[in-house]
Amino acid sequence: MYEMYTEVTTAMKGRTIRRHFRESIKSLGRNGWMTFASISAVTVTLLLVGVFTIIMMNLNKVADDIEKDVEVKVLIEIIADPAEAKSAEAKLMKDIKNLPGVSEVVYSSKEQELDLLIESYGEDLSLFEQSNPLNNVLYVKAKEPQQTVNVAKKIEKFDNVNDVKYGEEKVGKLFSFLNTSRNVGLVLILGLLFTAIFLISNTIRITIIARKDEIEIMKLVGATNSFVRIPFVIEGMWLGVLGSIVPMTIVSIVYVNIFKVLQPKLNGELLQILDVTPLLYQVNALILVMGILIGVWGSFMSVRKFLKV
Amino acid sequence: MIQMNNVVKKYPNGVVAANGISIDIKKGEFVYVVGPSGAGKSTFIKLMYREEKPTSGDVVIAGMNLSNLKNRQVPQLRRQLGVVFQDFKLLPRLNVYENVAFALEVIEENPKDIRKRVMEVLDLVGLKHKVRMFPNELSGGEQQRVSIARSIVNMPKVVIADEPTGNLDPETSWEIMNIFEEINSRGTTIVMATHNREIVNTIRKRVIAIEGGLIVRDVYGGDYGYEG
Ligand SMILES: Nc1ncnc2c1ncn2[C@@H]1O[C@H](COP(=O)(O)OP(=O)(O)O)[C@@H](O)[C@H]1O
Ligand SMILES: [Mg+2]
Repeated sequence: MYEMYTEVTTAMKGRTIRRHFRESIKSLGRNGWMTFASISAVTVTLLLVGVFTIIMMNLNKVADDIEKDVEVKVLIEIIADPAEAKSAEAKLMKDIKNLPGVSEVVYSSKEQELDLLIESYGEDLSLFEQSNPLNNVLYVKAKEPQQTVNVAKKIEKFDNVNDVKYGEEKVGKLFSFLNTSRNVGLVLILGLLFTAIFLISNTIRITIIARKDEIEIMKLVGATNSFVRIPFVIEGMWLGVLGSIVPMTIVSIVYVNIFKVLQPKLNGELLQILDVTPLLYQVNALILVMGILIGVWGSFMSVRKFLKV
Repeated sequence: MIQMNNVVKKYPNGVVAANGISIDIKKGEFVYVVGPSGAGKSTFIKLMYREEKPTSGDVVIAGMNLSNLKNRQVPQLRRQLGVVFQDFKLLPRLNVYENVAFALEVIEENPKDIRKRVMEVLDLVGLKHKVRMFPNELSGGEQQRVSIARSIVNMPKVVIADEPTGNLDPETSWEIMNIFEEINSRGTTIVMATHNREIVNTIRKRVIAIEGGLIVRDVYGGDYGYEG
């Protein structure tokens, strides 16, 4: 009696897989226009994803580069006794100068700092002249921009260092621009993503309806649920894969050409765009994976809704 | 082979199509299910292959209690059954051979066995010479024979048929009945809902009469029992 209750769980045979693929491809042709519409929607979506990703990755690199270049601002701990303060500051300055990778150290007293602030923010701040809350500061420049972060980290560990700042202020604006464009881009892509998924699930729905009789007989004679479902999921996957071909091609060709034009001009500059590799591998992989996910998800929604088994 | 125990089926619209049906059909029996239109014959049939689930009560087919059957176990049940309909339900784009083979392909049978089995059953229903023809090139009787071939090709223990001769002229209906008798003689249990008085009165079998979702008569070798 027990054996009667076991499920039908034959491992999928090669011939079955071939059959599923054959069926899914037949459907693509049969659905003609819906197939075309779905693939187009995926294409537009993924093209945008690709372009957007490339721009964001490059902007991120630019922000990184700028951040690395800027000098390190070291706030010195406030020490009440002037003599003590003086010797502590001198020692700190000497220690920093001795760090490998440091090219220049400039001292700026808290009075000079306040003057700088007043210059940029106005006379309102002059009331602080009576009791200046600022710290004395050391401005440190690294020999190589790439060493900036490293230098800053080392200085943080020294005595009498109140705080170490680098980059943030200068790249702050760039980062906020990056954030805004990332959000706008995500909303746009999300909208397109839903459109694409909707179109795919509609295509699959049409396939399911067109094959209603076949499905009915399949179930009647005891085909397993997955046997009935898989061709539709594969069809959705095709829609995603086919929709990712054009975006991958366009993104690759365009970026390779942009790189060819820009790269020589940027030679020796701090500002660099990302190399073709691995960037294009990453972006193309992203496009393909997203295409497949969109397709499979879209068909899953229809299969779940219209293939009650 | 088939047991029902106090089975009630109430459709969502409130219609009670089975109102406490209990029955025991043994292996190898041939049973007619008769009754007026709307009596609940089709519902009775659908409960057997789990097209419908009972609202209450138990249905046991070939040792499987359908009340405990999970959705993913339904294929196991269906592979023990053959189902035949009034409207044949053949796939128009497939020829005779392919229509029958389809039933084995989708349960992932071995291609070598498929060929052998399909030709055997097409021989049994007398259509071996028409394997390449498409459903629209066949008469109603021939189409029904293809659909019977499909229902038995995986050697089910039970064949259930819902008015299989309902769309056929009398002469063709007798041919179809001969095939069912042949299948039954090989040990397959047959349950057939029918309106065909002549057949029921001539080929005497067990007759179950359903009215208003209840079994009102259950006689071995009985007659059709309804006027005009
Ligand atoms: N899917 C359904 N939903 C609602 N009511 C149904 C459904 N199927 C059948 N019925 C109703 O159940 C009753 C029995 O129908 P059925 O089993 O088809 O009878 P028969 O086959 O004897 O003509 C009828 O009143 C019919 O209208
Ligand atoms: Mg009926």
